[in-house]
Amino acid sequence: MPRKPIKQFSVEWLQILDEQGQPDRPLLPALSPKEIQSLYEWMVLARVFDEKALALQREGRLGTYAPVRGQEATQVGSAHALGPADWVFPAFREMGVGIVRGIPMRMLFQYWSGDERGSEIPLHQHYFPTSIPVGTHIPHAVGAAWAAKLRKDPVVVAVYFGDGATSKGDFHEAMNMAGVFHLPVVFICQNNQWAISMPARRQTAAPTLAQKAIAYGFTGIQVDGNDIFAVYKVAKEAVEKARAGDGPTFIECLTYRMADHTTADDASRYRTEEMLKPWIAKDPIKRLRKFMDIESLWTSSYGEQVRTEAERRVAESVKEFEAQPPPDPADMFRYTYYELTPPLKEQMDDLLNFLKDREPKKE
Amino acid sequence: MPRLNIVQAVNQGLRQEMDRNPAVIVLGEDVGLDGGVFRVTEGLLARFGEDRVIDTPLSESGIVGIAIGMAAYGLVPVAEIQFMGFLYGAMEQLISHASRIRTRSRGRYHCPLVVRTPYGAGIHAPEHHSESTEAMLVHTPGLKVVVPASPYEAKGLLISAIRDPDPVIFLEPSRIYRAIKEEVPEKEYSIPLGVARRVREGEDLTLISWGAMLQPMVAAANHAATEGISAEVIDLRTLSPIDSESILVSVRKTGRVVIVHEAPRTGGLGGEVAALIAERALDYLEAPIVRVTGFDTAVPLPKMENYYLPNKERVLQAIHHVMEV
Ligand SMILES: Cc1ncc(C[n+]2csc(CCOP(=O)(O)OP(=O)(O)O)c2C)c(N)n1
Ligand SMILES: [Mg+2]
Repeated sequence: MPRKPIKQFSVEWLQILDEQGQPDRPLLPALSPKEIQSLYEWMVLARVFDEKALALQREGRLGTYAPVRGQEATQVGSAHALGPADWVFPAFREMGVGIVRGIPMRMLFQYWSGDERGSEIPLHQHYFPTSIPVGTHIPHAVGAAWAAKLRKDPVVVAVYFGDGATSKGDFHEAMNMAGVFHLPVVFICQNNQWAISMPARRQTAAPTLAQKAIAYGFTGIQVDGNDIFAVYKVAKEAVEKARAGDGPTFIECLTYRMADHTTADDASRYRTEEMLKPWIAKDPIKRLRKFMDIESLWTSSYGEQVRTEAERRVAESVKEFEAQPPPDPADMFRYTYYELTPPLKEQMDDLLNFLKDREPKKE
Repeated sequence: MPRLNIVQAVNQGLRQEMDRNPAVIVLGEDVGLDGGVFRVTEGLLARFGEDRVIDTPLSESGIVGIAIGMAAYGLVPVAEIQFMGFLYGAMEQLISHASRIRTRSRGRYHCPLVVRTPYGAGIHAPEHHSESTEAMLVHTPGLKVVVPASPYEAKGLLISAIRDPDPVIFLEPSRIYRAIKEEVPEKEYSIPLGVARRVREGEDLTLISWGAMLQPMVAAANHAATEGISAEVIDLRTLSPIDSESILVSVRKTGRVVIVHEAPRTGGLGGEVAALIAERALDYLEAPIVRVTGFDTAVPLPKMENYYLPNKERVLQAIHHVMEV
């Protein structure tokens, strides 16, 4: 019997806005001018937040910080596709997603200043705390989606991670289970093409990350991650599909980490200005602005107003962040278990007594 | 003699072992072009090339698992895990395989690999970058666990770790990576594994620790000296196998003990040291053994890590306590 192909696969790519902001009109998602403006405003807010965080870090007012720059369309576009009750499981670079989901920027600053209270996410916000060990939160998202399904909640779970995370076993185990059990998850892989100093081609010999989904029995698609319409459209479809009970989707958003990995990193050690340059031209915010210009949704006074408003909101958040009293050392013990266990109580009392003995004595 | 910090001393040790033995290779995340996030492997890629200095995908279980296969086949892999908090993904490989290849093959295969990883708090880093869970590793028969406390120590112990025929976990105290410089001989030398070091001689009590905690402990000992208390300071250096003899000799002399570690208290290695002393030197004790440790909590984020970490004052308080009894 001759050999014959029994299965063949292909992977789709979607771009709606080209680099000049020219749209492929039939593909444009149904967004009102007002919504388009608000997407632009979120991206600018994320950018201004990011710039401020870097400035604060330089002044020693924040700790290590992982910049978002370049990934605004991926983050804002996908977050905008979610419904209010949907859940987000972020990794650590998702401040743009957090901002769209209504996480107070004050808390984001607090978290990156090394203050645990920055993770006290208000309960009505379906947003899990930051997860630093790369890829390890992906199964949690799948579990939450499964629970939602069992409880018949019409909820979709979006999980964010990077290209580097696709090399971790947890990623593969999570993808596999999501496929086997047909769960309402949207995997949002921000392929910013770097995992610290490692280019994406060092993570996989496959030409796309999107194709990994095929092996797990569901759709993977690659989108231009700097084109907010493409990201939004594909994410919206994936969310609706998941909500309809039609299972998971993997979205590879091809974008670029325009800054250092974190403030502890120096990207000039492993990548050249030449490599970065084309991506400056592909800046996601510029691209939407060009489109808005073409559509007469843009004036320079509008642009200024958006920037000024973003700066005002960020400055306000910095003020709130810096007005927080220092954390209470007892906090270190309070959240280890539901109740303080006897050994912990003893340890806490020891520490508090130790600190009290050292307080300057009041006359 | 050149004065080096720990980063430079480890780097030199790696380079010399790679020069000496072509089977020694380095692998891990960002260890090549970037020279490692702490720059410990800086310059190795240029010197030894991509076959011997391997930038891997982001894959801790893969890194350690592959190192096991390489080691069994005859290489001497030195794997870097970027931070101890990211070692957990590789624990199955360490516990179920690296530590047992020798046992399982009845001595036919062995696994001479080294896993280097920075450990410990005090570097103002995000969550998971401050772990000190050495007891989990010590509790795995078949692994050796080594923690250097200074540049000279780091080079000599690393060379022994690389030459050791069994898997060695080499925990580098990130807090003092660049904090201390001391004379480190350019020539190769080794410090045997399994032998503790007396850092300071004393008569009244024995202070026992390892790694980054040596610093506050020695500072406390120096302060105690100004009060007329003579503290002997022991750096365990190798946590597994532990040097019982050095501990017991000192305790039989002083009769008083303070053990310091930044790891959580419960199940920490301090308990093991205390049990050893209770079993074999109880009659010599003049005061209860006291531990100064981290708490049974996650290491807090930077704003609170100073509350978590044992410091000179907490060690001093313990010294006063055992001296008063
Ligand atoms: C399990 C694990 N290993 C290593 C690290 C250190 N580290 C932090 S981010 C990172 C690269 C992550 O790359 P990617 O998943 O592409 O996300 P990006 O940083 O590009 O957002 C590494 C190696 C970590 N946090 N977790
Ligand atoms: Mg990446």
